[in-house]
Amino acid sequence: MSETAAPPVQVTGLTKRYGDTLAVDGVDLTVHPGEVYGFLGPNGAGKTTTLRILTGLIAPTSGSVRVLGGSPGQPQVIARTGSMIESPAFYPYLSGLDNLRVLAEYAEVSRSRIQEVLRLVDLADRARDRFSTYSLGMKQRLGVAAALLKDPELVILDEPTNGLDPAGMRDMRRLIRELGADGRTVLLSSHLLGEVQQICDRVGIINDGRMVAEHNVEELRGQQELVIRAAPLESARSVLNGVLGPDAVHLYDDTLRAKVAPDRAAEVNRLLVEAGIAVSELRNTERELEDVFFELTTSEEEKAHAG
Amino acid sequence: MLGSYRAELLKLRKRSAVWVLFGAGLVLSLIFGYLLPYLGYVTGDENPQTDGIPRSEVLRGLLPERVMDNTIGGFPVFAGALALVLGAIVIGGEYTWGTLKTILTQRPGRGAVLAGQLLGLLTMVAVWVLGIFVASALCSIGIAATESAPMNWPGPLDLLEGLAGGWLVLTMWCLAGAVLAVAFRNVALPIGLGVVWILGIETLLAGVVSSLLPDLEFLSDALPGANAGALVFSVTGMLATDAPPGVRDAVGGERALLTLLGYALAFVALALYTTRRRDIT
Repeated sequence: MSETAAPPVQVTGLTKRYGDTLAVDGVDLTVHPGEVYGFLGPNGAGKTTTLRILTGLIAPTSGSVRVLGGSPGQPQVIARTGSMIESPAFYPYLSGLDNLRVLAEYAEVSRSRIQEVLRLVDLADRARDRFSTYSLGMKQRLGVAAALLKDPELVILDEPTNGLDPAGMRDMRRLIRELGADGRTVLLSSHLLGEVQQICDRVGIINDGRMVAEHNVEELRGQQELVIRAAPLESARSVLNGVLGPDAVHLYDDTLRAKVAPDRAAEVNRLLVEAGIAVSELRNTERELEDVFFELTTSEEEKAHAG
Repeated sequence: MLGSYRAELLKLRKRSAVWVLFGAGLVLSLIFGYLLPYLGYVTGDENPQTDGIPRSEVLRGLLPERVMDNTIGGFPVFAGALALVLGAIVIGGEYTWGTLKTILTQRPGRGAVLAGQLLGLLTMVAVWVLGIFVASALCSIGIAATESAPMNWPGPLDLLEGLAGGWLVLTMWCLAGAVLAVAFRNVALPIGLGVVWILGIETLLAGVVSSLLPDLEFLSDALPGANAGALVFSVTGMLATDAPPGVRDAVGGERALLTLLGYALAFVALALYTTRRRDIT
């Protein structure tokens, strides 16, 4: 693998318009060498459109896109990029093996590589079966195998765990981690936030075509919180507001959430008990990526409706 | 581009629909070229293939000296329609299955992918032409041996000219199917439109022009089917009375050749332009 000094993916002000519809609206996105980057967003947010642009399948309306130092779609860029965009698409009348043979001819890679990638995705035993007889999970694994055929520097995977059973998802997580550990750059989109939280170094969140956040996963999840279930709740809130400050405590689902370090849990408990408040639950929690995701992608109106 | 070409050949070789279409073309050629005329000859009954033709001439039409007539006589219409279907299913299938995005994210550029696909199709058309020729030659030999008739073959140059002419006719129709598939990103619509054009509309237009609007004959003589028929008529040197449907001397052989080449190049250019510029969604 050759070293790439510039970020493997550098997108600035990317816009894609279909008639009156703005599918992608001024997106900035940077994927650093060797990182596993999660690209998140609700359905229709613009994830797949962005990934299609990165792979040269569609042209942007405006903005700058650099992939591995070149323009998307250039043969020398495609040759170093492996991708699976949307659902895996193969020839239904061919076996999985023959489908990969066809792609190996296009990609000009040796046939010995086919067996390697089939083993990597655990599909060697069913490789001679027709693609049309594959389950959704097997199709997905063949799609990942095809993406890895060229031993690429940059791997772009659109919803790679779609249709996989729990064991398949675990294997896919392991595979993606290994790809990252090998020094490859991985850009994956997903709506399985738990998966992304476990696999990715950084995430970008897109909503309504706009990038609403791009951070390290830990940064995005923010500081830990203390969950407090107590009665009376309002008295508990007053006590904690007095000690921790008014912005440090908020009400959430019949509990209080206090932004304090975990080692202050005992102190909080003592303050509440001394104030005559009954504490029935006190535990540390971290915000899950899912909480952040919904916070960033749900409108106030939807939040009110959900609440 | 060599990789794209090899990939296309692998796909074509393993696709049963390609061989079903070839089989249909072969069976039609043999039934109308040999079986029906030979039955008419043997039984003395008249059928559409032998109507009004002396028995000796019917037999002569089945012997090796006329093998090229029977090989490519059906190309302008029936085999042409099958070639159009071939082009439409091969190129259109990439859109309906979504496999175009898969192959465009491998290595070659869009132009190289399309060039590989079209070269693969042209190769398959050549296999069809040779296959039908071999089967026709075997039938001619069998009939000549059975009837103790002379086995005179056309000269090598005549054979080559006939095979190349037949290949060009099928290639032009195949490319028409391919460009329609690129335009509509589909399989069914190009087949429907193309086959209706070949089997109905062009004949209808030619009939209307010749009977009602003779001043517009130059337009009907520029249509692909008319030129396909004229090229086959020219390279086989068959008599107008022996000519199957769609084969007639609408224009001279040289003009037909140039017109078909023009259509083929225009179809390739259109397919290339559209494939290179359009978003793959």
